[in-house]
Amino acid sequence: MKPEELLYAKTHEWVAIAEENGTKVATLGISAFAVEALTDLVYIDLPKVGQKVEAEQPFCEVESVKAVSDVYSPLEGEVIAVNDALPDALETLGSDPYGEGWVAKIKIADEAGLANLMDHTAYTKQCEES
Amino acid sequence: MKNTHDTQSIFELSKPGRRAARLPACDVPERKISDLLPAAAIATAPPALPELAEPAVIRHFVNLSTQNMSVDTHFYPLGSCTMKYNPKRNERAAAMPGLADLHPYQPAETLQGMLEMLYELQEALQEISGLEACSLQPAAGAHGELAALLVAAAYFRDLGENRTKVLVPDNAHGTNPASAAMGGFEAVTIKTTSDGFVDLDDLDANLDDQVAVLMITNPSTLGLFEPNMQEIADRVHRAGGLIYLDGANMNAILGISRPGDFGADMQHYNPHKTFSGPHGGGGPGAGPICVTEKLAPYLPAPVVVKESRVAGCESREEKRKAGDSRLTTHDPQLPLFRLDYDRPKSIGRVRSFFGNVGVLLRAYAYIRSHGPDGLRRVSENAVLNANYLLSRVKHILPVPQGNRCMHEFVASAADIKRDKNISAMDMAKRLLDFGYHAPTVYFPLTVPEAMMIEPTETESKETLDAFAETLFRVTEEEANLLHEAPHSTPVSRPDEVRAARQPVLSYPE
Repeated sequence: MKPEELLYAKTHEWVAIAEENGTKVATLGISAFAVEALTDLVYIDLPKVGQKVEAEQPFCEVESVKAVSDVYSPLEGEVIAVNDALPDALETLGSDPYGEGWVAKIKIADEAGLANLMDHTAYTKQCEES
Repeated sequence: MKNTHDTQSIFELSKPGRRAARLPACDVPERKISDLLPAAAIATAPPALPELAEPAVIRHFVNLSTQNMSVDTHFYPLGSCTMKYNPKRNERAAAMPGLADLHPYQPAETLQGMLEMLYELQEALQEISGLEACSLQPAAGAHGELAALLVAAAYFRDLGENRTKVLVPDNAHGTNPASAAMGGFEAVTIKTTSDGFVDLDDLDANLDDQVAVLMITNPSTLGLFEPNMQEIADRVHRAGGLIYLDGANMNAILGISRPGDFGADMQHYNPHKTFSGPHGGGGPGAGPICVTEKLAPYLPAPVVVKESRVAGCESREEKRKAGDSRLTTHDPQLPLFRLDYDRPKSIGRVRSFFGNVGVLLRAYAYIRSHGPDGLRRVSENAVLNANYLLSRVKHILPVPQGNRCMHEFVASAADIKRDKNISAMDMAKRLLDFGYHAPTVYFPLTVPEAMMIEPTETESKETLDAFAETLFRVTEEEANLLHEAPHSTPVSRPDEVRAARQPVLSYPE
């Protein structure tokens, strides 16, 4: 996926919206900026398939050599897939954050959270200002 | 400059048959071990111990000891850790045979000197904190946090209130939310403003009748005294909650402001920071806690109490001053110190025996050798040194929060990272080559590329000047040189990811 075409949360998650079998599905990942800021990653605690997630609430944890950080779901919904390959290949989060480094797919229950997301230009600006 | 003198492990130095000592010939009749022990207790192969001659053992460990960076060898501006010099008189005091050789099962009557010192330490810590009761049991600062939160939980249970939340500002030490979770509470993060202070609107938004405790570090991890401290305490108290003060940064306020006076109901001390206890090595540590009178019944039992054996009895010290020679512990004129277990509302023990007495005695020696005025001067000089270093460092690296600080400040390498691709980690590693322990990096998390610098009161102006000049020199160096630093240590950059994911915890593997 091209980073320019994605939406971003202010907490540094990226979102790609697509239709799958008539339902709206969001693919979530962690932005390249955030992965670099986290420094060297050692562990990811993925959500479980079937788990309900709430908008702007943590649904996943990543641990680096420096700190444990929450990953927030930008939208309310249900986890329908997780990237099982990630725990054993955390380097993918850095090498291909917008492709092979995806974290989870969520069946969207409420689109209200979409309004709070930024496009790539606005997100890049946020990163430069931080 | 590349590392060539890697230290071998003592197992790698081992040669079969080498030995440091020969036992004398056995002068009692020998018996077979199988006659003395059951088969299950007898090893089938000897343990894999290294075999070396005495000089090789001595050289190995002496050389290892020189690889260490310590306050005794280097300036150690590790923010949040208060790496002040540890006066050697504390070590001598704690090692005196009358203290070091005591056995914890001795009757209290034979431990009066030690118990008296622990009692006086309780009193001193209460006075410094402005709180009314103390427990010396917790074995570390975070253990003190947990013990205090369990005290709060017991207090609310006694009141019949079901409070489930602990509020923690986002620049707190990670131990705060961890202690809250361990104590059975839900940790809720409170935002801080761009100035580094508690966001009062976010506090209000999260303050309700479910909040048991707000844990606050004041002065904060940014080295700032919370200007709204009283207001924050008032709001939490109005909502029925308690204020917990993380005492990590007490070194900035000794004898100047007391947590009990600015609204704290509980606090812990880190004696290894504030009262010059030894750091590191995995302990033993101590994390005494002080609380208000209403929380005192819930403190861990036992506590050291002082009892008069006869009415109007004087202290041992007063008697000594008056030239009274009858100073045996059995003197009925003297007060008796004992461990009070009769505390029905106590949360119970959190540590065996008396806590880690050796560390507590060092703190006692430090407090008594400084006295109230001396402790105040400690804090004044700690703050003065930090502000002096801040005034130099801010011309080298931006310090986002403030032109002034308390005991420490947090510089940011974000600009130099963007412009020259030199990170806080690179600079920290390079400082090792110049004989400085690195500052704390990447904490607090609210400052990008954070470098947290705390000089403490025990450093001279010359040391601070030399450090600032070295820091400036490092920022002027080539990025490539820094990316591979340190160049002068036996190990350059350990693989932290592999160390975390595939740790090797034994030898041989």
